[in-house]
Amino acid sequence: MNFKRIPLSALVGIIATGGFLFVAVFAPALAPYGMAEIVGDVWEPASDEFLLGTDNVGRDLLTRMMYGARITIFIAGAATIFSFVMGSVLGFTAAVTGGWFDMVLSRFVDLLMSIPTLIFALVVLSVLPGNLVTLIVVMGVLDSTRVYRLSRAVAVDINVMDYVEAARLRGEGTRWIVFREILPNALSPLVAEFGLRFIFAVLFLSSLSFLGLGIQPPEADWGGMVKENKEGIIFGIPAALIPAFAIAVLAISVNLVADWILNRTSDLKGGRG
Amino acid sequence: MSDNLLEIKNLKIGATVYPPGEKPHDITIVHDVSLDLKKGQVMGLIGESGAGKSTIGLSSMSYGRGGVEITGGEVFVNGRDILKIQAHGLRELRGREVTYVSQSAAASFNPAMRLMDQVIETTLLHGLSTKTQAEERAIELFRSLGLPDPENIGNRYPHQVSGGQLQRVMTAMALCPKPDLIVFDEPTTALDVTTQIDVLAAIKKAIRDTGVAALYITHDLAVVAQVSDEILVLRHGNMVEHGTVQQIIEEPKEEYTQELVKAHSITHEEKKPTDNPILRVENITASYAGTIKVLKDVSVDIHAGQTLAVVGESGSGKSTLARVITGLLPPSEGRIVFDGKELTPALPNRSLDDLRELQMIYQMADVAMNPRQTVGQIIGRPLELYFGMKGAEKRKRVIELLDEIEMGEKFIDRYPAELSGGQKQRVCIARSLAAKPKLIICDEVTSALDPLVADGILKLLLDLQKIENVAYLFITHDLATVKSISDSIAVMYLGELVRYGTKSEVLSPPFDDYTDLLLSSVPEMKLGWLEEVLADRKMESAGN
Amino acid sequence: MGHPILNLVAQRIALGLLLLFLASGLIFIGTQILPGDVAQSILGQSATPEAVANLRKELGLNDPAYVRYFKWLAGVLQGDLGTALSNGKSIAEGISSRLQNTLFLASWAAALSVPLAVVLGLLAVQYRNRWPDKLISGVSLASISLPEFFIGYLLIYFVSVQLGWFPSVAILNETMTLGEKLNAIALPVVVLTMVVLAHMMRMTRAAILNVMQSAYIETAELKGLNPFTVIRKHAFPNAIAPIVNVVMINLAYLVVGVVIVEVIFVYPGMGQYLVDHVSKRDVPVVQACALIFASVYISLNIIADIVSIVANPRLRHPK
Repeated sequence: MNFKRIPLSALVGIIATGGFLFVAVFAPALAPYGMAEIVGDVWEPASDEFLLGTDNVGRDLLTRMMYGARITIFIAGAATIFSFVMGSVLGFTAAVTGGWFDMVLSRFVDLLMSIPTLIFALVVLSVLPGNLVTLIVVMGVLDSTRVYRLSRAVAVDINVMDYVEAARLRGEGTRWIVFREILPNALSPLVAEFGLRFIFAVLFLSSLSFLGLGIQPPEADWGGMVKENKEGIIFGIPAALIPAFAIAVLAISVNLVADWILNRTSDLKGGRG
Repeated sequence: MSDNLLEIKNLKIGATVYPPGEKPHDITIVHDVSLDLKKGQVMGLIGESGAGKSTIGLSSMSYGRGGVEITGGEVFVNGRDILKIQAHGLRELRGREVTYVSQSAAASFNPAMRLMDQVIETTLLHGLSTKTQAEERAIELFRSLGLPDPENIGNRYPHQVSGGQLQRVMTAMALCPKPDLIVFDEPTTALDVTTQIDVLAAIKKAIRDTGVAALYITHDLAVVAQVSDEILVLRHGNMVEHGTVQQIIEEPKEEYTQELVKAHSITHEEKKPTDNPILRVENITASYAGTIKVLKDVSVDIHAGQTLAVVGESGSGKSTLARVITGLLPPSEGRIVFDGKELTPALPNRSLDDLRELQMIYQMADVAMNPRQTVGQIIGRPLELYFGMKGAEKRKRVIELLDEIEMGEKFIDRYPAELSGGQKQRVCIARSLAAKPKLIICDEVTSALDPLVADGILKLLLDLQKIENVAYLFITHDLATVKSISDSIAVMYLGELVRYGTKSEVLSPPFDDYTDLLLSSVPEMKLGWLEEVLADRKMESAGN
Repeated sequence: MGHPILNLVAQRIALGLLLLFLASGLIFIGTQILPGDVAQSILGQSATPEAVANLRKELGLNDPAYVRYFKWLAGVLQGDLGTALSNGKSIAEGISSRLQNTLFLASWAAALSVPLAVVLGLLAVQYRNRWPDKLISGVSLASISLPEFFIGYLLIYFVSVQLGWFPSVAILNETMTLGEKLNAIALPVVVLTMVVLAHMMRMTRAAILNVMQSAYIETAELKGLNPFTVIRKHAFPNAIAPIVNVVMINLAYLVVGVVIVEVIFVYPGMGQYLVDHVSKRDVPVVQACALIFASVYISLNIIADIVSIVANPRLRHPK
């Protein structure tokens, strides 16, 4: 790959996303204080001691942000991987096998998608305990409907191409057709979609935590931190804006990368010559 | 100023292209083209794809399609330079002095408006007549263009009318405001051959009756020879040759024009059928989704090392026949015997060896190859799958095959997107040859290609047949191709076999009605062909 | 039967009703998937066995699930949404005024965002590949990535707290005039508008572009029609269906966005009500609210489908 050909916007996206990942992985080593450690007064302004100030109970905001990055990215990432594995495996299978399997699954996905995702998540979370596994599974399952639709559509499109028919006529098995003919051509849109689904998962998790139904205290993801500090806003204390801003920046940077991958895809289709 | 209706002087046209991942850059589509057209004359613009012929045609309306820009030269219509006039003046020109008939009438009509409203829109807009007068004129035009039910067809919506009829309605729409010049942009290319001749005749009659001048754009020299007074031959945006129809057809000066005139003149000596056909198709009946029969009791034989051409128009069932033979669509009745043994109807149950011996080449070479595989991988895969070849041995054989298709080793690591249309089709041929098949099904393999490129492919196929002794089942709608390469011919119409035999039998009279219609509809590259055919037809219908 | 288009529309509505019925089932199942006892989990681990048994009886948990479902559904069809566990009041009463508030908020957001999105979408098409288009698509890319509460608190922080222009908390009551109400909901409406605007604009742009690139638009231009006529007679009649479609889909999206915006501005609407009762694990209220949200969502999607059926000339004038 030629790095000079990466446009500036994508480069910014890659660097920012990488930065967030780095912080998430090394949060315990990087953070100046303990995650739940009360180190100062309530809502202290930014100072040399507390670079971003302190939160609603006097914990260091920077430290909480770092741990928050860890939780946010981990849960969103896990939910996205879960939804991708489930959605794409089912979607590809439905496209290639067709018949009743495709029929039943597609109608069920239609049904799931007829209820707004957030509302359905609220219904389920009204009875399920709000822990990590529940969140990942609920988010993953609900989001897999969109992955299913996309991967099925992509696979159906490729499946009717003459080169796939040619492979069938040649006597290739299903494995060859899925892995050699369909997958290489479906990969780029799916990778770009992965980025978009990840953003969606971050925003979705943040919304749930903001509503008090996601990560439970004292642990907090960024959405939860917005909730913790939101009362300060009307007193002119911007602590809640910091995690909200971080969510926005993360989402935009991943979006920039996804956008670039999507463009590169059409690049290949459009020809190299 | 002269008495020319249209004068194009040193026209240069460019466009900005935006290749993904690269900086946008400018390219030149038309270099320095000049032409004159007098009132009431018809000029044919001919060339292959990329010749710039449509772009030049549209420049006479000062219109650039999709980012195309006129970068130099002058275009005079009725004595004024239309490249210099403003938007308001252009609107006076377009639709009043110059009108346009496009290749795809189906896409060129607003789907939400009745045909009549669209046909008379320009006439009313430019205040040329009242609504009633305009409608009367439109009905008159519908009648003279041979449209059925001319009184009422205008009340229909575009999707309620067939493609050939829409093309005629579009011609009526162009004629309605009594323009000085009509630009016809491949108006018959998308039509079946028996429909094409009717539309062509209608256009010619309309031009003669109204005395309108026309620019007639096409890639088919035989078609343009029927309607034009003069011909301008274009290639890659340059003028190659300009002359009267007679001169261009009968004494072309430039080498490129000579090639164009000679296109479709490949000949091939017919081989006699053998006793043991390699493939017997016996009483095949097939349908999609159960009910509508697309093939009715079809039986044909193909002999080793020979070519059976299956010819028919859209809806004739010729491609379905290929799907049945390959096993993609198991027939409801009948059987297929290949090399002495009966083939399993459905693809999944066939042996690898049966699959190897029966290969297929598609119409659209671009989608017949996986864009993520190199030429070497594409051609190498059958070698690996059928013969277990690997590494250097495989590479050596791939290079041999690349040499056979006259491309060579340098293409081995290229991707399909880096090849031209003809090269892509050659790679597909090599891929099927790699299997050492006994029969190759060729489904319209030349119809997406320019005539000269298509001729190259046909020549290659004939040469390879001699070397490899492979049989072809050649599916096509193009009778010229059939005449060039077949040993026997099957004519299909609406799922039935209407005529079948050796080439000389099928092409010799007496003909059945459909074969006669089909044969007589293929434009021939001679002056006055259209009139002859139409005269013959009138006599026939008078005789019936 | 009558005109084929009536059949299609009737079919679509029937399908919508079926979907709504199945969705109600799904919502019901969604509250039954808890491994273990609902009553126990509502009351917590410290509850006495008698309390749990009482609640089980009250909730009808001793009946099989499908019996409870049909009882619930029968009640809903008669306008009886059940009683809230947390305060024992009728849910229908609790919801009605809140639903009005939510619709009030959502319709003002729609009234602001729809024309804005269509106009900006048109502008983007008009200046395609030039700076206004790039600006619009850049801004929309960014705003799709912004969480509602970021926009919301940013506005509260700067507009409401720093500048003191609008209230940070949107409280409505009966005695307020329309002007006062609008002042109260100004910020939530702006947030909701920004949330749906980007999507709606992008999709409108794509829909218009699709029509403007059709061959029949070229035909119209080559007829010498002026740009205004081209749009009025040829582009608009064909673009209206896709645009309405886009609008409906985004209004459905707005219905969801409203939940979070209401929480940000402590607005007395359905969303706030739903979220409160999810925290209280008040299942009947959650089911009722979810069903209402789902029916609004499904209805908007059906309207979108019906519009594209009715606007399709092929269906309106069959062969």
